[in-house]
Amino acid sequence: MGGPTGGLEGNAFYRVVYGVVVEDLGWEPWLAYLIAAMVIILIVVNGALALGTLYTWFERRVLGRFQGRLGPNRTGPFGLLQPIADAIKLMFKEDIVPRGADRLVFSLAPVVMLVPTLLVLAVIPFGKGSFLADLNIGVLYIVAVGGITTIAVLMAGYASANKFATFGSMRAVAMVVSYEIPLVMALLGVTLLAASMSVVAIVEAQHLPYLLVAPLGAFVFLTAISAELNRNPFDVLEAESELVAGYLTEYSGMKYGVFMLAEFTNTIVAGAIFAVLFLQGWQGPGLSWLGSQVGFLSFLDTGAVRQIESHAWFLAKVGLFAFVATWVRATLPRLRIDQILALAWKVLFPLSMLNVLVLAVEVIVWPEPSAGELGIMAAINWAVAGAAIFAAARLVSLSTPARGLGPVAAVEAR
Amino acid sequence: MTLRTEPVVVSIGPHHPSTHGVFRMRLTFDGENIVDAEPVIGYLHRGTEKLAEERQYTQVITLTDRLDYVSSMTSNQAFVLSCEKLIGLDVPDRGMYLRVIASELQRIVSHLIGVGFFLQELGGFGGTALMYAFRERERILDLFEMLCGARITVSYARIGGVFADAPADFWPALRRVLDDLPGYTDELEALVFESEIVQARTKGVSVIDPVLAVNASLTGPVLRGSGVAWDWRKAAPYDVYDRVDFDVPVGENGDNYDRFWVRIQEVRQSLRIVEQCVVQIEPGPVRATDAMLFRPPPGEAYVPTESPKGELGFYLVSDGSIAPYRCHVRAPSFINLSLFKEMLVGWKLADAIVSLGSLDFNMGEVDR
Repeated sequence: MGGPTGGLEGNAFYRVVYGVVVEDLGWEPWLAYLIAAMVIILIVVNGALALGTLYTWFERRVLGRFQGRLGPNRTGPFGLLQPIADAIKLMFKEDIVPRGADRLVFSLAPVVMLVPTLLVLAVIPFGKGSFLADLNIGVLYIVAVGGITTIAVLMAGYASANKFATFGSMRAVAMVVSYEIPLVMALLGVTLLAASMSVVAIVEAQHLPYLLVAPLGAFVFLTAISAELNRNPFDVLEAESELVAGYLTEYSGMKYGVFMLAEFTNTIVAGAIFAVLFLQGWQGPGLSWLGSQVGFLSFLDTGAVRQIESHAWFLAKVGLFAFVATWVRATLPRLRIDQILALAWKVLFPLSMLNVLVLAVEVIVWPEPSAGELGIMAAINWAVAGAAIFAAARLVSLSTPARGLGPVAAVEAR
Repeated sequence: MTLRTEPVVVSIGPHHPSTHGVFRMRLTFDGENIVDAEPVIGYLHRGTEKLAEERQYTQVITLTDRLDYVSSMTSNQAFVLSCEKLIGLDVPDRGMYLRVIASELQRIVSHLIGVGFFLQELGGFGGTALMYAFRERERILDLFEMLCGARITVSYARIGGVFADAPADFWPALRRVLDDLPGYTDELEALVFESEIVQARTKGVSVIDPVLAVNASLTGPVLRGSGVAWDWRKAAPYDVYDRVDFDVPVGENGDNYDRFWVRIQEVRQSLRIVEQCVVQIEPGPVRATDAMLFRPPPGEAYVPTESPKGELGFYLVSDGSIAPYRCHVRAPSFINLSLFKEMLVGWKLADAIVSLGSLDFNMGEVDR
């Protein structure tokens, strides 16, 4: 087999396409590799964008339910065609570039926003043996590529020549500088547990979900990722009640559409990262497990069923993350920028350090933990997490101290 | 080497999501911190006071609807009270009770919207609390529709009473609203006031000193949030407020949190008042006179009332003709804005939006 492989042979779909091209058509192996890879990339990129689009509908529907209203329900069944209607509307909008704007940077920013989101998908295993590349530094790659979106926000804010946009991008940089650190530290905990930086290996090492084994890490990761995603309670970049639309203020038409698509796809991708690192990824009991246990159902215990159900588990976990993200958005107001930075440095950073410390000790004690040993680790970690979060809530206050009005409050009524 | 920085002037409004209409803030920023703040008003000026001088007293009622358009009932009431004092009319009991019921329901609407927007301004996405508030508001507006056929610009009060008696099906509908609202208020209070983030964002922010508040003639929930128990319904009871029992909630710290907390407590007090009115009201005429044209004796009258925003009063001067010689509106929204700069300077942009919201002003009343 010629050409660079990078672990694509493990992909069942790749083997099918490769087999058809090489054996049935009799074409060159390198061409078969190219075609198979292209087909898979096409499916993954379009699938991710379609999920992102679907998520715009999902979020609006679910938010509507949270708020005692219906949400979009006119376009198609259950309003499912609403995202398409929105996209068509956006395409026909006038594409305005403000007079003072830096044209090139202004136009480039939406693309720079969208591309890294899709690049992250390269190392995510979507199912059993279904991934684009099993990079041995997968976690590092996710962090590195994921950080690029901030540059897009900075570009958009700077190029817009708008004060609201400048405020938004200023906040973006302050936030990312603060939140990348706890995020990376939380991922470091996962890497320690799995003894690997490969995302595929991390999924396979999770006999128990790392959400249960390392709750503190999961907490820090969730908080930091919602700051990275610019979602409540950290959505200060485009805080609509303060900054109108933040860095998006001057965008219109499809440029705005691409930004929004990137933002929603980002949430889906973040859900995928959370699913593979903390929720066992594609692992989960299903029909094949039932088949292996119950005799007369053994026809279910086949490779194809395992493939399908592993993808279904992965999608379900991404969906769970998306639902929780929407739930948080419906409930929580936004923190002030100084409180957000204080939270990162005073709470999340120490918590993530503690998480890494505790996990490092545990990994020395149990170098290759079995499911039972993971259970013991989980018990210890839950106790540590509870105590640490309680202590942080007690020790760190984000609020302005209320001083009371003192004796002057007793101003007598006339 | 030190970087040379300079303050940035940002014009927030008149076209902005959270300036309560067409208000404009000219804020000077040093980074995220506000170093100077200046309110710019006048974008909604319609010359209401001048218009009133060219209309008969009865016709002015419709103009008062459009002053504070989320609280028309109380504006109507304030105007007709001044007219009645000028003319020397006695209002029948049932008319006064109906006016108080309508005004207190209107106060609930106004405060619910104020609290709903509070969470919106703090950044609750899509306004969950706002939708809750609007759900309750809708039911109260249905009651107004039963009373007078209109929902927003009601023109329900008349000189000498109210437009008409409440229809028979009004009372069971009111009963249902009164039964449901306490639970809804608890729900809203749990969502907004028990939230850690809300408390971290608003406690201790933009404190108004009570002495300063009195000296700046702030009134209403803004003044009571600063700990001053001053309410015109207690100080100089009009209509039937001397026959009902209610408390005046006051804040402890005078911060943004307290100003909103006072509002949600006043919703409960208003419910208490309406409950008592429903018990006390007796059959009878609702209007002292059917006259549409009045020629008050030359003189002047001013009756201060407690609107949801603060002290609202109409200063009327009569020269004996069918129209007021002068009609001045003491608009609480406008006067409550007088501490704008003191409240905002030193805080951040995010706080400025919330502090502004905590004044709960209405541009229809500010610009008139």
